[in-house]
Amino acid sequence: MQLNSFQQKAFDEQRSHIEKFGRRSWAWTIFFLLWIIVGGYALYLQIADGHIVTGMRDNVVWGLYIANFIFFIGISYAGAVISGILHILKVEWRKPIIRIAEMITVIATMIGPIFILLCVGRLDRLHHLILYPRLQSPITWDVFAITTYFTGSVIFLYLALIKDFAIYRDAKLKVPKWRQKLYKVLAIGYRGTPSQNKHIAISTNLMAIIIVPLAIIVHSVLSWIFGMTLRPGWHSTIFGPYFVLAAIYSGTGVLIMVMWVYRKMYKLYDYILDKHFIYLGYIMLVLGAAYGYFTFSEYLTDWFGSEKWNSEVIHKLFSFSEYGWWFLFANVAGILFPMFIVAFPKTRKPGWIAIASFFMVIALWVKRYLIIVPTLESPLLPMQDTRLEYVKYSPTWVEWALTFAGIATFFLGFILLSKFVTIVPISEFETKEKVEEKTIVPGTEIAQA
Amino acid sequence: MKQEEINDSSRRDFLKTAAVATVAATTCGSLACSCGSKETEQAASSEKVKLLSPDGQIVEIDSSYIQAHHHHASVVSSAEARNGIPGRKFVMVIDLARCKNARKCVSACQKMHHLPEEKEWLSIKLMKDNETSAPYWFPKTCFHCDNPPCVKVCPVNATFKRQDGLVLIDNERCIGCKFCMAACPYSTRVFNWEEPKQDLDLRDMVATPETSVPSKVGTVEKCDFCPDMARQGLLPDCVSACPNGVFYFGDENEDAVTNGDETVSFTELIRDRSGYRYMEDLGTKPRVYYLPPKDRQFPVERGYDNLPDDLKARFKDVMEEGKK
Repeated sequence: MQLNSFQQKAFDEQRSHIEKFGRRSWAWTIFFLLWIIVGGYALYLQIADGHIVTGMRDNVVWGLYIANFIFFIGISYAGAVISGILHILKVEWRKPIIRIAEMITVIATMIGPIFILLCVGRLDRLHHLILYPRLQSPITWDVFAITTYFTGSVIFLYLALIKDFAIYRDAKLKVPKWRQKLYKVLAIGYRGTPSQNKHIAISTNLMAIIIVPLAIIVHSVLSWIFGMTLRPGWHSTIFGPYFVLAAIYSGTGVLIMVMWVYRKMYKLYDYILDKHFIYLGYIMLVLGAAYGYFTFSEYLTDWFGSEKWNSEVIHKLFSFSEYGWWFLFANVAGILFPMFIVAFPKTRKPGWIAIASFFMVIALWVKRYLIIVPTLESPLLPMQDTRLEYVKYSPTWVEWALTFAGIATFFLGFILLSKFVTIVPISEFETKEKVEEKTIVPGTEIAQA
Repeated sequence: MKQEEINDSSRRDFLKTAAVATVAATTCGSLACSCGSKETEQAASSEKVKLLSPDGQIVEIDSSYIQAHHHHASVVSSAEARNGIPGRKFVMVIDLARCKNARKCVSACQKMHHLPEEKEWLSIKLMKDNETSAPYWFPKTCFHCDNPPCVKVCPVNATFKRQDGLVLIDNERCIGCKFCMAACPYSTRVFNWEEPKQDLDLRDMVATPETSVPSKVGTVEKCDFCPDMARQGLLPDCVSACPNGVFYFGDENEDAVTNGDETVSFTELIRDRSGYRYMEDLGTKPRVYYLPPKDRQFPVERGYDNLPDDLKARFKDVMEEGKK
């Protein structure tokens, strides 16, 4: 494949990242593998001894795991929605960052469902979901929705990769034979003929159009696991859109964080520019405002209406002896902080935006926890139980170990994928002129180069 | 005409079996027994046991007449257990005016279903509806709702609604996702968080949704209204164990319910005593009705003062609030 000068530059600069698996990469890989091994041991205990090793009991039947499930499916929206929508809108500046966005999607969509499996008491009976499916159960909807979504995301990522695979194939990379062969297979004979380009373009457009509604369905269905029950704090009509919005929002946050890390680590300052952070910051600001609006409207109506059960949950969220501090953190760090950071020109800088994203993503995880646990701790009938662990949920080390194993898997997935494909897609820079004109802000390094 | 005849004969059947159950309950008190069965007669011993009958009298009977276990004699096939008993519509009425938290129902239920002490399929709450109203004891079974939120959410049809009104669980099918537990607004369901502490010989039993025995780790279980007893024409264990006749169990189709002591018309009972269903506004349509705690037979303290400390601790908050 013929590369134009900009593509050549992008490839040369990133070539070493996919050719070499350096000492630092090994260190991180081993570090995350250790986390995963600890998680594996925790999982072994949970399977061998039963769910008694978790903090979950008859009232709080779900805990950290389901919060992680929502969280990971949430951040997977980075690729599905951000990259999908930007593709549909033909936003040119998206090109250097779509690879990261779609990698987040695929990795997070693989990890999320593992967490819902951890809530299942009988993993040996999972085939019952296929043998005896019941269509009216939101869990069945979830099974269908998530598998479809995952398949769609993989195809979407793959379509954007074909041209790059052809580049790797033709570049005679210094990598083991099996990898050269794999690139060849994955490039499925792409030579850059007009007809091939046309087919890829049509397929990518189609997938972008399919993936956006699919993503909306996935998180709506997920929210309905809660929304369909008669529990205070869950039985809410806005849960579908509220969850979808929170998901895109947190996905944007993770995208910004990963971009910041790779830009620094791989010195990708020529490709991932300040304006990418600023533009994504604007998107984050809008999403944050919308998410804040949903949050406000959800809790205001529950609080104002002051129905008995809703009041109980609201009381738990508002009182500082219970979840008050967490609730405050979730809203300050999750809504106000990122909005202010982006709103003021002084802090509208990549570093600040990345920090805001970091806190926002944590706040959104806390928010998921606050959706799950306080409601389950407020059953309609008085508990009147003297067993403390039945009254109040506190996660055990097993749950934390598996949570961190999930996070480690996310990082490990990134390390491995970024050693297999370039973080910044090469083939996307189709013509140098186009790149300079639309992708590069005047005054930045490339325009001068 | 024909329908009436069938109804009539089934009504007679039910009253007959209910009468048997009544005899069983009155003579054997809190223990389900196999009165009159040949084996026990032959093995009659001279040991006598004192028992309390539902009307509060002490009766003395031969110990050999007592069979300590709820006998899961009528093990039906899983398919039949999913279908239910044809023509029946089971219903329960709980008379709150009679409950004094004697807790015989709880222990009988645990004994008969081989449950450990900490697992309560049937629990007794101390309710206080608002600041002014007086506290009262509130036995809570599974409500076997006609619009059951738990059944709706089950992804594998492990919990299901039968034609006789019962909501049961197939613990061989259950995958343990606990969605039903999150969905049940009454916190009825319990989970086997670890390998159940049950006799080893029970584990060889074939589990059917009607017996719910043996318990299986990682699955959900709950009050089942003892359908295996109903198949034998016997009352659920909580009903026959109650010394105060709090529980009435019966068939809505026959319009008859019995607490083992008296058999009354279901509709008349609900009409005359202002029967209601707990949290009617949730739209779950429970099959358990409550009679309000009016003209109570016992002061509420009767169920509190003699409790062991660990049980007292459960109700302490409500009792103290009541005294203020």
